[in-house]
Amino acid sequence: MAHKYLVGMFDDEVPMMNAIEKVRAAGIAIHDAVTPFPVHGIDDALGAKESRLHTAGFVFGATGTAFALFCMTYISVFDWPNVFGGKPYFSLPAWIPISFELTVLFCGVGTTIVYYLRNGMSIFNDVEVYDNRLSSDRFGLIFDLESMDSGEADRVSGMLRDFGAVEIKTQEMRNRQPSMDEQAS
Amino acid sequence: MSAYTSPVREPLVTGSKTYTDISNDICKPVEDRPSLMFMIALIISASVAVMGVVCILYTIWMGIGTWNLHRTIGWGWDITNFVWWIGIGHAGTLISAILLLFRQKWRTGVNRSAEAMTIFAVMCAGLFPLIHMGRIWDAMFIFPYPNSRAGDDLLVNSLWPNFTSPLLWDVFAISTYFTISILFWYTGLVPDLALIRDRATGWRRKIYKVVSFGWTGTARQWQRFESLSLILAGLSTPLVLSVHSIVSFDFATSVIPGWHTTILPPYFVAGAVFSGFAMVLTLMLIARSVLGLKDYITMAHIESMNKVILLTGSIVGIAYTTELFMAWYSGNLYEVHQFFESRAAFGSGPYNWAYWMMMGCNVISPQIFWFKWARRNIAITFIMSIFINIGMWFERFVIIVISLSRDFMPASWATYSPTWVEIGIFVGTMGIFMTLFLIFIKVAPVVAIAEVKSILKSQGDQYLAAQAEEDKRERELGTGGSLSGAFHRDKDGI
Repeated sequence: MAHKYLVGMFDDEVPMMNAIEKVRAAGIAIHDAVTPFPVHGIDDALGAKESRLHTAGFVFGATGTAFALFCMTYISVFDWPNVFGGKPYFSLPAWIPISFELTVLFCGVGTTIVYYLRNGMSIFNDVEVYDNRLSSDRFGLIFDLESMDSGEADRVSGMLRDFGAVEIKTQEMRNRQPSMDEQAS
Repeated sequence: MSAYTSPVREPLVTGSKTYTDISNDICKPVEDRPSLMFMIALIISASVAVMGVVCILYTIWMGIGTWNLHRTIGWGWDITNFVWWIGIGHAGTLISAILLLFRQKWRTGVNRSAEAMTIFAVMCAGLFPLIHMGRIWDAMFIFPYPNSRAGDDLLVNSLWPNFTSPLLWDVFAISTYFTISILFWYTGLVPDLALIRDRATGWRRKIYKVVSFGWTGTARQWQRFESLSLILAGLSTPLVLSVHSIVSFDFATSVIPGWHTTILPPYFVAGAVFSGFAMVLTLMLIARSVLGLKDYITMAHIESMNKVILLTGSIVGIAYTTELFMAWYSGNLYEVHQFFESRAAFGSGPYNWAYWMMMGCNVISPQIFWFKWARRNIAITFIMSIFINIGMWFERFVIIVISLSRDFMPASWATYSPTWVEIGIFVGTMGIFMTLFLIFIKVAPVVAIAEVKSILKSQGDQYLAAQAEEDKRERELGTGGSLSGAFHRDKDGI
């Protein structure tokens, strides 16, 4: 369903950060911020919570270690015990390399999959962008026009212009875009 | 802008670039039609690659008898090439992971191409053990999976690999390394592919829409992006150290004189980084001038890489010397014979020349990088990078072939030289590597655009010049120096 957004575009991150602070202070909800590179401090300015991706990483890594040790123990001690070089069936020191590699493998692959899922990214993603230049040299603050009346929209446009936005436009998207909180960790 | 930058630091982005310039300059090689030079280079490397594939197929068809390996020297060019290629890959991971953790900003200019190199080098490396198996159609036996090789019932009486063997550790290490390197590289590439998508129209836009996975660059996506980069960097750092340590275990856990040394793991890791940086320099010195990226891969980048080469080359030099000392100090007849007669003393073994080739290229010649003028000289850097590539190949040849050629029993002493098939496969892997690299620079940005943009404010020449000017003014007015400038900048909160 078509949905309208107000896009305020800056040509530098400093005025954008300033605008975020002032707009939030004025009690206006920012739908999202789109930047061409990770702007330092923008999470705090927007009041975004820290990502929990590292927790997923830990869980996957621990699973990898457990899986490696379980399999090697089952195989070398129970299923088909063999003596190699007079060492015990349960040769923990010699299993460290493989346990380590599987820890890294599970953690890396699992965390990356979670990253793509949580970011809603896939090759089938029918992506819509607010503006083509937002991945290149423009820093955009997005406001949901459906949730504000025209008076408030004018007020936001005025504020953005005052804080140095080089272009302010209304963008109609085919689908409703999730807000920052809806994309939350 | 996030951190204080010393006024003596050189800018890492020159030419007073804006964000727009960065997008335009780095996307240009991808968006332009391929030049004639590019097509010629691609045809040559693809032809060499095809020749390599023919030699590989010939080996598989006829058997390992097409190589000159025999009972004494069972590992020759194949494993030498395997270790050499794996080593070359290590620079990519060092630049993208270890330098990320060390907050080295110069990594942003070279990390993307170095990571691509890692992936292509590991592909070439992986070929050698596979074809050396002889029966490549049984290659899946190296992985432990429930099978009926020892009976009819799955999971009961399966035949498993030996988990205490370094050769199996290698299987796990290299497949993990390859997987994590691809994830790291591609995840970093996605925002830049999205940039190309947004600049493109027509069918190009459709293709880049698929490969950029629907990246939009929202604050949340960037937050997770940075989080994932840190996690993958934290994983890759011990991983890259483990991979070449495990490769060295293939030798170090055996009892052959020349292999049976505890110094091999750190010495292999340092050597890997050393050879990897040499390969990065060989390729990037050409790429920066052909692709017009001299403002992004600057003299400061080249000098930093030469410093890493000097450091790792010296570590390797100390390792060679330590090996000689330990052989003498151990008083072990076989060790002394291996290191002095077979390797170092001229005229006492058939491969002394290979040892001195290694010493000359890896230890002696890089010492020129103690001089700043040499570190900043393109011609010297390029020649040195080729020398080091050659020297590091000889290091592996020395370790593998010389050690095997002179074992405990003089009756089994032998020499080895490669057949045309072995040479063809090695040259062919270079063709495969170059072909993949050339395709890569045509379809994806060779410099990490988003990362260069993120350091522009602290490393761009116009910003550094302005900062230096401001510091000077403040000093003259006596209102504090560069440190107060740093404080003001940090107060911006950016």
